[in-house]
Amino acid sequence: MHHYSPLERVLRGVALTAIVIFFMFPIFWIVLMSLQTNETILRSPPSMVFEPTFSNYAAIIAGRLDSNVASMGIEFMNNLMNSIILSVGSVTVALILGVPAAYAFARHKFRGSEDIAFTLLSFRFAPPLLVLLPLTMYFQQIGLADTYLGLIWVYQLICLPLILWIVRGYFEDIPQDIEHAYRIAGHSWFATFRKIALPLAGPGIAAAALLAFIFAWNNFIFALVLASADKQPVTVGALAFVTASGIQYGQIAAAVVLSITPTLALALYAQRYLVEGLSLGAVKG
Amino acid sequence: MSYLTLAGVNKIYGKVVHAVKDLDLSIDKGEIIALLGSSGCGKTSTLRMIAGFESVTGGSISLDGKQIDTLPPAKRGVAMAFEGYSLYPPLTIYENIAFALKGSRLASSDVDKRVREVAHLVEIEDILDRYPSSVSGGQQQRVSLARALIRDADLHLLDEPMGQLEPQLRALLRGRVKHFIQERGLTAILVTHDQTEANALADRIAVMEDGELQQFDTPRALKNRPANLFTGTFIGEPPMNVFPAQTRLQDDRVHFLLEDDVALDFDRASFSDAVVERLDRGTEVTIGIRPDAVNLDSNGKPAKVFVNQWLGDQTHIAAEFAGGSIVSVEHQRLALTEGEIIGITIAAQDLHIFESSGGRAISHGGQLNER
Repeated sequence: MHHYSPLERVLRGVALTAIVIFFMFPIFWIVLMSLQTNETILRSPPSMVFEPTFSNYAAIIAGRLDSNVASMGIEFMNNLMNSIILSVGSVTVALILGVPAAYAFARHKFRGSEDIAFTLLSFRFAPPLLVLLPLTMYFQQIGLADTYLGLIWVYQLICLPLILWIVRGYFEDIPQDIEHAYRIAGHSWFATFRKIALPLAGPGIAAAALLAFIFAWNNFIFALVLASADKQPVTVGALAFVTASGIQYGQIAAAVVLSITPTLALALYAQRYLVEGLSLGAVKG
Repeated sequence: MSYLTLAGVNKIYGKVVHAVKDLDLSIDKGEIIALLGSSGCGKTSTLRMIAGFESVTGGSISLDGKQIDTLPPAKRGVAMAFEGYSLYPPLTIYENIAFALKGSRLASSDVDKRVREVAHLVEIEDILDRYPSSVSGGQQQRVSLARALIRDADLHLLDEPMGQLEPQLRALLRGRVKHFIQERGLTAILVTHDQTEANALADRIAVMEDGELQQFDTPRALKNRPANLFTGTFIGEPPMNVFPAQTRLQDDRVHFLLEDDVALDFDRASFSDAVVERLDRGTEVTIGIRPDAVNLDSNGKPAKVFVNQWLGDQTHIAAEFAGGSIVSVEHQRLALTEGEIIGITIAAQDLHIFESSGGRAISHGGQLNER
């Protein structure tokens, strides 16, 4: 353990506080906004004194947006459900495909293995718009446009390389002889993969899955182009609050709070794995 | 029919590195064999091919009459102690050892009895409840050894099983492990670069260098009748003294002319007729003398001392001799100072003669080396 002088300790405290405020303030402010009406949000100068209201949340959950001009239906809860289906579905598929692939890339050097792994990574380099136009045409022809299956498929461009490359690193960190010791005791390679490699790489897999989930959740452009209203996730759905009669800041804020809640809850729950998983030395010899 | 047979086994990594070259090895049931050599000599590659973690590039391996080189490791019936220990981090030491018996369908009381027995053998009873990450490297190594020994395998492979242990414990465990293996009639192959360990544990030692088997024989034969110059200088501590020499047969004497006009001559009767005939044909040879066979005698050939080191139980004296240096081991302290001239004599029965090119042994102690 390091020992810090009092001055160092104070400086560390100040720096940490500044960082926490910097990152937490937007969330704090959006929570405040979600509890106000459009009038109190837009007053100048802004104030933190107001009468809290849950009308924004009520409107979103009920699916009715009442503005001073007209009232219209919004599909936000439906969007939230779509986000969950798409993100969970994509991460699940990416795990099923990516983890065994990562193991293969980590353990077996076959002809072209590095090239294949790099090609998969390169999906992350290309701007999404580059592939979207041809993809839209293909998807319409084969009937995958505007389906969950089609979207989850396209989301693999985001999730699969991420999981593959992170998890591969974890498998490579496991000393191969640990697996050999298990195999020589009379177990097949598949049993070894299941009983030794998977549990040892567990924290890494959890971290990769969480990151992939967040990336999938935050995706905007694929869903904007490929999904119609009833398949849209929250990122696209939030556009509905930009109405003819003005921007509904209160409802947007409430929608944002609702949409970050699942990822935030997941991140808090899995914090231990994340820290353990994203820092090196997950497996100590 | 031998128990384990390696026939013409080759290992080539990526078409470039020829790690094991045409290795033939036959091992009987109940034998303890050591693969001895310096780092990168192919001994661990050989062991891993027997275990099934490396494919065999050419040749075949059979165990108990069954060809095993194409079987997966799980089907070969071998147990192994790994150089890197390779314990399962989430399991306790006890569970790590007991885990090796999982496939054997023993009652849990039997498992417990055997774990405690083998834990006692390698002195790890007090850490059975701890986790691998919280014990020392030496303890992890003993756990790894215990995990291999506890299994009822057809063949036990031990890769540097005691490299991390302190000397006293190593000496103690060598005796116990050897007894354990012999008592149960197990067959074991040990990989080591430590010749003391090989000598203490093994019935026969396979000396390897640069992927080739140099000699496969008992520890005693390796020391007394090395097959070539490599084995001669590799086995034995301190190493054998070697000098290039020219032979000349004159009257009833055999002369060896060394550098700096040093000549050693022996009675012709000290060498068998076959040796004399062989020496008559090729006169360029390399002679080798073990340090403990170098006698100090004031009537001998002169040599100039440059090191006199008392090691607590023996003295090593190094002296300039015949254009090189010669090391002598004596069993008492000697009052020799640096620069002092001593006399050296060598008996014909202590002389090892090798071909100067290729290094194959010609004779040991006056008798022709049989091949």
